[in-house]
Amino acid sequence: MKEKRNLKVEAIEKGTVIDHIKSGQALNVLRILGISSDFRATISFVMNAPGARGKKDVVKIEGKELSVEELNRIALISPKATINIIRDFEVVQKNNVVLPSYVEGVVRCTNSNCISNSNEPIKSKFSVIQSEEEGVTLHCLYCEHLISENIAENLL
Amino acid sequence: MKDFSREEIDYVLDTAEKLEPVARGEERSKLLDGKIIALLFFEPSTRTRLSFEAAVQRLGGKILNLGSVEASSVMKGENLADTIRVISNYADLIVLRHPLDGSARMAAEFAGVPIINGGDGSVNHPTQTFLDLYTIRRESHLEGLKIALAGDLKYGRTVHSLCYALSLYGAEMTFVSPPELRMPLEIVRDLQKRGLSIKETDSLEKTIGDVEVLYMTRVQRERFPDPEEYEKVKNRLKVTGDLLRSADPNLKILHPLPRVNEISPEVDSTQYASYFEQAFYGIPTRMALLALAIGVIE
Ligand SMILES: Nc1ncnc2c1ncn2[C@@H]1O[C@H](COP(=O)(O)OP(=O)(O)OP(=O)(O)O)[C@@H](O)[C@H]1O
Ligand SMILES: [Mg+2]
Ligand SMILES: [Zn+2]
Repeated sequence: MKEKRNLKVEAIEKGTVIDHIKSGQALNVLRILGISSDFRATISFVMNAPGARGKKDVVKIEGKELSVEELNRIALISPKATINIIRDFEVVQKNNVVLPSYVEGVVRCTNSNCISNSNEPIKSKFSVIQSEEEGVTLHCLYCEHLISENIAENLL
Repeated sequence: MKDFSREEIDYVLDTAEKLEPVARGEERSKLLDGKIIALLFFEPSTRTRLSFEAAVQRLGGKILNLGSVEASSVMKGENLADTIRVISNYADLIVLRHPLDGSARMAAEFAGVPIINGGDGSVNHPTQTFLDLYTIRRESHLEGLKIALAGDLKYGRTVHSLCYALSLYGAEMTFVSPPELRMPLEIVRDLQKRGLSIKETDSLEKTIGDVEVLYMTRVQRERFPDPEEYEKVKNRLKVTGDLLRSADPNLKILHPLPRVNEISPEVDSTQYASYFEQAFYGIPTRMALLALAIGVIE
């Protein structure tokens, strides 16, 4: 009983737990990982779980270990998230997400006149800039537009 | 434009200078002999198109003019990527003008031949910036220039990229505009970070005595919801013979043209007027860009 209350959802034998997601961003994490209804593995998640550092979301993916590249995209919307690899019910590896320096096909350019928002066979491309004052900024490699707010709202 | 280093810009301008006698028709060149240049314009821009045509002709190249692309049946419903792939098979270089931002970058990904950006969307018009720089170099000087940019500094893309390019040479800039059309704050900050000294004012009178170049731009009626407001601004930002009485004798006035009434005709015959020369300098500049892009000059 104690165990269950702690984990909120069932313990998994093998898979990935994304912990310390910024509260309210769990669905966006699924989106950024490209997880939709046709995804095979079992997914469970908790939103607004009380954590030591305030409220957080947690996502658990059963049976699957995602690629580091995919997981690091989470840093765009939740830079403090951690990736826990579970094997045999145990956390065998824990990593912080690392902000990628380049993302393709993940975010929509907020410049409506950008070629990447038109009917062309291309994916959006951004270089990712991190600065102390302004946090994460995306720089569109087509139109040079900068996105520093609302990244989560503009996921593809 | 931000992709170019000072060395690269200087190299283009040096090349333009070498080609100037050809541009004036004083010497002949066969640099583009046997080459086909496609002009793919998705927006009407007669001036830019004509100057590219002249540049190609002066270098002995052939032009594949795709006319008004929207009207042509070949391209109907086709995306730009496919059009570029097709035209790449017909020409040795493509000059692209397109209304969407970033279209030239995308075109370069799909093209089998070099692309010259003849203006894409509302942000970039690099060949205009090169010709502005070339004009300043020929008529004045680039290093540590005292320049005023006047008119619509908010939407005017040519002034934005010119400012960035000039920042490579160090400059003292004065931005002269009505409050509604001020230079965007991000750009001002960014230029200051690059070490430029910047002043902002709404008065040409207070500025004209202190600058070596005055870059005028058009203030468009559409920018003003209130027609009276537009009239006021239009008459305040006007270069007249009167205004020029307090100008530095070496002052040069530039304007990307077409002008409306921001430079009165009496100025045309003064030593200050450089805007028609500027229009000419578009030819050697575009010749240089064509020759360098196609690789006939290394
Ligand atoms: N077998 C499991 N099945 C499902 N979730 C698990 C399993 N083991 C651990 N977790 C979850 O993975 C996350 C990390 O587990 P861990 O035991 O490392 O917690 P922690 O010590 O609090 O780590 P942190 O300091 O990163 O918060 C927690 O959210 C935990 O609930
Ligand atoms: Mg914990
Ligand atoms: Zn863009």
